Amino acid sequence: MNQTKKVTIKAFRFNTETDYLPYYKTYEMEVGKDELILDLLNRIKWEHDGSFSYRRSCRHGICGSCSIKVNGKPVLACKENAFDMIELFGEELVFDPQSKKRAIKDMIIDKGDFWDKHAAIKPFVEREIEPYPKHETKMSKAEVENILDADYCIQCGNCHYACPALEVNEDFFGPAAFVAAYRFTVDPRDNLGQERLEMTAQMGPGVWDCVKCFECAQACPKDINPIEKITKLHNLQFEQGIAKRNVATKHAEGFVRSIKKHGFLDEADIVKYSEGPLGVLKHMGDALRMIKAGKIHLSDQIPLVDNMPKSKNLDEIKKLIEISQTNTL
Amino acid sequence: MSQLRYALYTGCTAKESTPELLSSTLAVAKKLDIELLILEEASCCGASHLQDFDPFLSHVLNARNICYAEKLGLTMITLCNTCQINLAMTKEKLDSNPEYKEKVNKKLAEVGLEYKGNVEIKHFLYALVDDYGLENIAAKVEVPLSNFNIAPFYGCHNIRPSHLHEKSNNGENPYNPTSIDRLIEALEGKSVDYESKNKCCGFHVDLQAPQTSNTLTGNALLDAIDNNADVVVTPCPLCHLNMDIKQKSATKLLKRDIDIPVLHMPQMVALALGCNEQEIGLKYHVSNAKHLAS
Repeated sequence: MNQTKKVTIKAFRFNTETDYLPYYKTYEMEVGKDELILDLLNRIKWEHDGSFSYRRSCRHGICGSCSIKVNGKPVLACKENAFDMIELFGEELVFDPQSKKRAIKDMIIDKGDFWDKHAAIKPFVEREIEPYPKHETKMSKAEVENILDADYCIQCGNCHYACPALEVNEDFFGPAAFVAAYRFTVDPRDNLGQERLEMTAQMGPGVWDCVKCFECAQACPKDINPIEKITKLHNLQFEQGIAKRNVATKHAEGFVRSIKKHGFLDEADIVKYSEGPLGVLKHMGDALRMIKAGKIHLSDQIPLVDNMPKSKNLDEIKKLIEISQTNTL
Repeated sequence: MSQLRYALYTGCTAKESTPELLSSTLAVAKKLDIELLILEEASCCGASHLQDFDPFLSHVLNARNICYAEKLGLTMITLCNTCQINLAMTKEKLDSNPEYKEKVNKKLAEVGLEYKGNVEIKHFLYALVDDYGLENIAAKVEVPLSNFNIAPFYGCHNIRPSHLHEKSNNGENPYNPTSIDRLIEALEGKSVDYESKNKCCGFHVDLQAPQTSNTLTGNALLDAIDNNADVVVTPCPLCHLNMDIKQKSATKLLKRDIDIPVLHMPQMVALALGCNEQEIGLKYHVSNAKHLAS
């Protein structure tokens, strides 16, 4: 087996202080089968251009410093084997910083937005305690397990800068902050749970603006699955009565209403129910376009006319909802 | 090749706002002699929203859906990426957690059902590409798509998270998916390579965050247009709804003209296999697509 492969690396280069625009510079090298992406970054710096800049520290997948994107894939450079990337993308590898618009120098970005959001959700246990407690605060096995793997986050920012919702909506907390919010909210020693849940329930910054793309789950080098924690935050909002009735919460709850009635989702009804009589008006343009194309029908809108398809054995579905529903809005 | 038989989970959109998805799927199956038995008992999968409200209820209802494919002993075929992920996530949860499975089965027992976990769940795209085979599809092409630059838009829930789908999508890599590109080439079209092909369309925040949704959809369509695409094709009817219906809103928001036909994956196959106009259903599109059939 060939122990080395010839690789062309196109690396994003930019120096905020001297460059008007970023550019890509090409480096060619023979890469060995055990080399990591971090080794390739080192070799660009050591063998080609000493001014090439990137963050690195522990080399053991724990400090979270060396994250970059390789052909669009967020990687922790010290954990990613170069041959694996060549197998996936071919022999031209493109190195980009996690976020091009935040680039300061080459692979180094201004991660300030990440840290601000992380700090804003108060990622620590807060509680009034006796100044001289007589014993430690104990946690049961189940309570520890409920934290799931949220504790393993190394704040590398891979999920944060892979999140398309954040790319459009700068107020959005982003997946890493939500993981931390979940981790400390379910900690039985902590007293800020309600505050964090209210923060993450806000429209705009909160979990309801998550687009459910699973980019975060795919990007995490620690396999934490941030969207699982986002779903848990949604659930906690309902379980603890923090969810307010708004377009997003009604949308989630409205599925039960439709499924109970038809088995299927009544697509027009869910929009009307979630938006309310006034909110629905902003969908008129789309609705007319859909009526014109025959996607929805005017007659659907007449009260008491029911054109909806129905699932067979609808009684089973009704019964299952009756006996299984656990949350309410 | 022995005849392929599947249980078809249509999902809601194929029965409602995208009738062209169901008719073109059935037309393709007929042309290729694939037998699809529609699961008429099935209910909505919850579309990735129900589990935010009530995860247990979502698992119970989806387990019930899977029960009906199990009764037939057939692989369950989905037509929507989001149905696919919701059913697959339910299956993963129940198959990996016997205690939880028992809890769900206790509920199902009340309506005389039992979830066993013995059928696969697969999107129709992968039934065509991996089970039927691209060479076999290529052999049936009557109307080659050689005049079209076709931009595949994969849709999140068929490719991410990869560990969940690796069996059903034959290990498609979410950062470099190829199945729809290969399908396009098999139909003699030219597949367009562009950065947004594995990105998110924003559909799931349409109501609460229309700006996010329209920006994501608009950016993806513009990326396809800028790379000379004549048409976009997607295996997900939710991506389709957003990309077909929101072009006017996205044009207004992004201040660039967006006008490009968007096809469902089975419609593209149906066009190449020479299915009839009624079955392909281009008249149901908001962004004009009728010219693709002429």
